[in-house]
Formats: sequence, C-alpha cells, structure tokens
Amino acid sequence: MKKLMLATAALALGVTFASAEVKVGMITTLSGGGAGLGIDVRDGFMLAVAQSGRDDIEVIIEDDQRKPDIAVQLADKMIQSERVDVMTGIIFSNLAMAVIPGATAQGKFYLSPNAGPSALAGQGCHQNYFNVAWQNDNLHEAAGAYAKNAGFSNSFILAPNYPAGQDALTGYKRTYEGELAGEIFTQLGQTDYAAEIAQIRASGADSVFFFLPGGMGISFLKQYDDSGVDIPVIGPAFSFDQGILQAVGDAALGVVNTSQWSKDIENPTNAAFVESFQAEYGRLPSLYASQGFDTANLLISAMEQADVADADAFRAALRTADFDSTRGDFSFGPNHHPVQTIYAREVVKEGDVFTNKIIGVALEDHGNVYTDQCQM
Amino acid sequence: MSTILIIEQVLNGVQFGVMLFLMAAGLTLIFGVMGLINLAHGSLYMVGAFAAAAVAGATGSFLLALVAALAAAAAAGALIEMVVIRRLYQAAHLDQVLATFALILIFTEGTRWFFGSFPLFLDIPDYLSGPVTLPGGIQYPLYRLALIAIGLAVGAGLWWLIERTRLGIQIRAGENDREMIAALGVDISRLYTLVFALGAALAGLAGALVGAIQSVQVGMGEPVLILAFVVIVIGGIGSIRGAFVGAILVGLTDTLGGIFLPGFFGLFMAPGAASQTGSAIASMAIYILMTLVLIWRPSGLFGARA
Repeated sequence: MKKLMLATAALALGVTFASAEVKVGMITTLSGGGAGLGIDVRDGFMLAVAQSGRDDIEVIIEDDQRKPDIAVQLADKMIQSERVDVMTGIIFSNLAMAVIPGATAQGKFYLSPNAGPSALAGQGCHQNYFNVAWQNDNLHEAAGAYAKNAGFSNSFILAPNYPAGQDALTGYKRTYEGELAGEIFTQLGQTDYAAEIAQIRASGADSVFFFLPGGMGISFLKQYDDSGVDIPVIGPAFSFDQGILQAVGDAALGVVNTSQWSKDIENPTNAAFVESFQAEYGRLPSLYASQGFDTANLLISAMEQADVADADAFRAALRTADFDSTRGDFSFGPNHHPVQTIYAREVVKEGDVFTNKIIGVALEDHGNVYTDQCQM
Repeated sequence: MSTILIIEQVLNGVQFGVMLFLMAAGLTLIFGVMGLINLAHGSLYMVGAFAAAAVAGATGSFLLALVAALAAAAAAGALIEMVVIRRLYQAAHLDQVLATFALILIFTEGTRWFFGSFPLFLDIPDYLSGPVTLPGGIQYPLYRLALIAIGLAVGAGLWWLIERTRLGIQIRAGENDREMIAALGVDISRLYTLVFALGAALAGLAGALVGAIQSVQVGMGEPVLILAFVVIVIGGIGSIRGAFVGAILVGLTDTLGGIFLPGFFGLFMAPGAASQTGSAIASMAIYILMTLVLIWRPSGLFGARA
C-alpha cells in the first residue's frame, strides 16, 4: 500500500514536471542529398540546449527526407499525438509552406531556423511564426548591394527555375540597379553548366551573380574555374557554406559571397560557439549550424521570461529576442523576421581548410520588403 | 549569336551525350541480355564517383582514381547481381523495379553512412585542367575534350567487344535465346554476372569522369538515370548503337534547347518572361523528342523487339 502511494505521488510529480517542460518538435532533412544542412541545424540547436544545462526541454527529432508529404505527416503526428509546444527545423521552403501554416493555425509556435519564403513574410504571416534566419530575399539583396557598391554595372545573373530561384534574381535586381548582360533560369538539379558558361563568356559582363544551392553550386564553380572565364563571381552564402567549400576546393578561392553570419564575426557568443561546436563535432560550424544555435537560444530566452502555456506572454517574450546571438545585434521586424546586418565574405584558405573571411558590410540593419503586406 | 558560341554549344552537347552513353550502354545491355530493369544503375554511377574521390584524396592520382572507380563499380555490380538480381530474372518487371528501388535506398544511405553527408572533393588533374584554343579561336576546356575522346573510345571498344569477340557472340546469343545458349554449354549465370559487372563498370567510369567537374554527393545518380532511360527508349531498348545515337541526340537537344528556346521566346515576349518560359520548355525538350521518336518508331530508333 505504501509502495502504491509512493508510486502515485511520483506519478503526480511526474505530471507536474511534464507540464513545466517545453516539448520541441524538430522536423528537418537528415537523409538524402540535402542532409548536410539539416544535420548542421540539428547539431547547432542541440549544442545550445546542452550548453543551457536545462533539463526541461524535450526535443523530438524526425527526418522529413526532403519530401513535403512526409513533413506534413510528421507534423500531424507531433501536434496530435506528441502534443509538442514549439516546432522548428525545416530547411527547404516548399516543405515550410506545407507545414507551417497548419501548425501555427493549431496554436503551435514555429521558429524557422532556415526557410523564409516570402509568402510567410507577407500576407501569410502569423503571430506564432518567427524566422530566426532570414527572409529568402535577404542574402540576394545583399549581393546586389555589394555589386552596386563595388562598381559593377553589367551583371550576368542565373538561378534555377523554381520559386526560390525567381526570388533570388528579383532580390538581386532590387538593390543592384545596374544593367544586365544576361538573365538565365537553369533547370533545378542541373549539374552541367557548360552551356551557361559559354553564354557568360560571350556576354561581355563585368560580374556574375548566381544562386545555385548545394551540389548545383559545386558543379558550377568547378566548371567555371576550369573554363578560363575570369569575370568576378558573387553569390549568397548557400553555395559557400562550410559543408560544401571543401568539395569545391581552389575553384572557390577569392569568390565574394553574402551572409548574415561568419565564423569571424567578433563577439564573445560567436567565439564561444565556434570553439565549442568544433570541440563537440570535430568540424567547423556552417551558417546553418549558427542558425540552429540561435534558434535554440531564442527559445531558451523566452522560456526564462514566460511559461509556454501562456501563449500571449510567451509570444511577447519571443518578440523581444532577448538572447545573445552569434551574429551580434539581432532583433525582429514587425513581421517576425530578422532585422540584421549582412556581410560580404571572401573565400580563403586557412591551413588546409577552405573557409570564409569578412571583407565588409553589404547591408546594415536590413529587414525585408514584405512587412507592409503583413497584418497580424 | 555568333558561330563560335554555336560550335562551343554543339561540343557541349556532344560531350554531355557521350557521358550519357556510358550510363545508357550498361542499362541497355543489361535490359537486352537479361530482360531486367535496373533502377539501381544510378547508384553504381555514384559508387564510381565516391570510389574515385576517396582514392584521389588518398593518393592524389587521377588515373588510379579511375581504375578504382571501374573496380569498385564492377565489384558492386557483380555483388548485387549474385546476391539480389539473380533471383529476379524470372520475376515480373514490377518486382524488379521494387527490388532495385530498394537497392537505391540501401546504396544511398549506405554511402551516406560511410562517407558522411557532405559532398566530397574530386578535381580535374593538372594536366587536363584549363581551356585550350581550338581552330577558329574557340576557347574550350581540355577536360571536356578528353571526356569526348574517352566516351568515343569506350563506344568503339564496346562495338568491338559485341561484334568481334567470343564474349560478344555469347551476349548477342543471350539476347535472342537464353535457353538455347545454355543448352549449348555456355555458363549463363557467369555470363550474366559478367555483363552486369561490365554495365556497372561503365556507369562507375561515367560517375568518376563527371564527378571531377560536378559534385560528388549522395543521390547524384538518380537525375542521370532518368536521362539514361530516356536515351535507351529513344535508341531502342537493348541496342548499343541505339544508345549511342540516342545519347548524342538527347545531349544536343538538351544543351541547344536551353540556349535557343529562351532566345526564340524573346522575339515576342518580355525578357524575364521569355527566359522563364524558354527554360521551362527547354527542360521538356528531351521528353518531347522522345514522344516524337516513339510516334514515328514505337520500338525506338534501333529497337529490334516489337
């Protein structure tokens, strides 16, 4: 009898512990070709959770295989049977569009560590949706601003023919203001760029802007380097992150790319992050890892101010973004997307490792153009 | 558009075509001789590229890397033939598709488990890097010329093997009547393993050669596999000559379509919209080509089977 009562007491205690706990559902890409990005976000996130020393955060991690239908199934499971409070993790915009509107409509908080489609920044914005990385256009706008300031006036621009690719070229043109020597939409997943490079060679451009994430960018840079065309290249950080630079090798050296984060941003949080990430995982962090790390720290900062059960208070706490970001100054604009400085970086070689070095600021305290369309 | 640019693009199309041929040759050979649809052919391409990247990283020699790619892909091919594929020859095509699709998943996650999730580095050797100037002032990468040469040489070698050697006679006989050639005392299961390993080695070679100018990453084989299927359907399933002609056709259509269609739509549309529409149509171009060929010749250009 005594035993039974103890057990009941323990159970009751257990229940109260559980209600104080924040349950996080992380759906991210952990298998297939895009796995490197999801793994970096997960590792950055879990590093911040471990460093906080808190045992009241439970993270459930699932692999979406980069397939929207699987991501939706996982989200339903997390919301209905796991009853998570906060969701995060999605890398790719098409998956984000499939999951986030449903999750926020059911009262869950969603903290995006990567994807920032314009639809969710403008008319589709939601009070429970926060993007901790960037709005999709941001790094491209920064590349356009860099090109303008560097005095380029005749850019050749190319991106894959899908929504994020079209946004990329729109974003570049928004800030660039010069002439275009050519504008090409390539096929998504294309791996051979000989035809495009021949057009670049014939175009008489003074600069090339490209947005070709992942393997597409590796292929383009290697082939561009081998073609003997020496027009300067500019791109967003997605083709120059720590995960893929080693696969590009010398072909990337000297290329200017734009990023909201770099491992040499000088602040104590960032220095500690780079050092501890390297110690924990044995590799340098990428921008994706920094985004995962910042996302977890934002969540923890809100937990310190409010209980997740009180949605209004928790939302207000998230909105203050009262945490030490690896990027230094960080705040949210009115549509819950970052207002932040975006840097121009150059690819350099440190010892045997290819990495990035900041060479200047491309855009200071930059928000996004969709705030006017957002009513929340 | 200048003549130089057009010639350069034709070279690009031919180079893309001969690399597709290396993939398609193995696929069509395996289908022709064994009647097997091998979806895992793209995985063998990936195995070749990863083996080459690993060996090039360890030894620094591109030639050794190519040898390793051939050996690794052939070994992987022989292994899956003996362990899995052999049980499928009598099965329906749907079962073959299911089983070889499972092999794709196993190879993909196995490679990721073994090599990690980040792309590997494989570069062009110094003696083949950089552009050369061709007659007429065309600047063209030496490595791509080398790819064309290797592809043509492999094509010629395959022709010689199939038409002029004893093994080739057995392969052709196996395509026509497998019971009869077994009855004549040819070890048919050894022949099958050999053909499968040969097809796999060609895919592995293509993976290694292309890996040097592209990204060596998990899942790199599947997009190429789709194109290779288009090639063998156009060329006629089972025909090496058809695979060659089909590959060059697809290579040229894909490359030239990507250049000329946006320009064509630009004649009567705004530049941005023309570029988008043109590239959308260009990505359909090879499938339109396939449809037209199939309407004209339902069994493909050189297809023997009705």
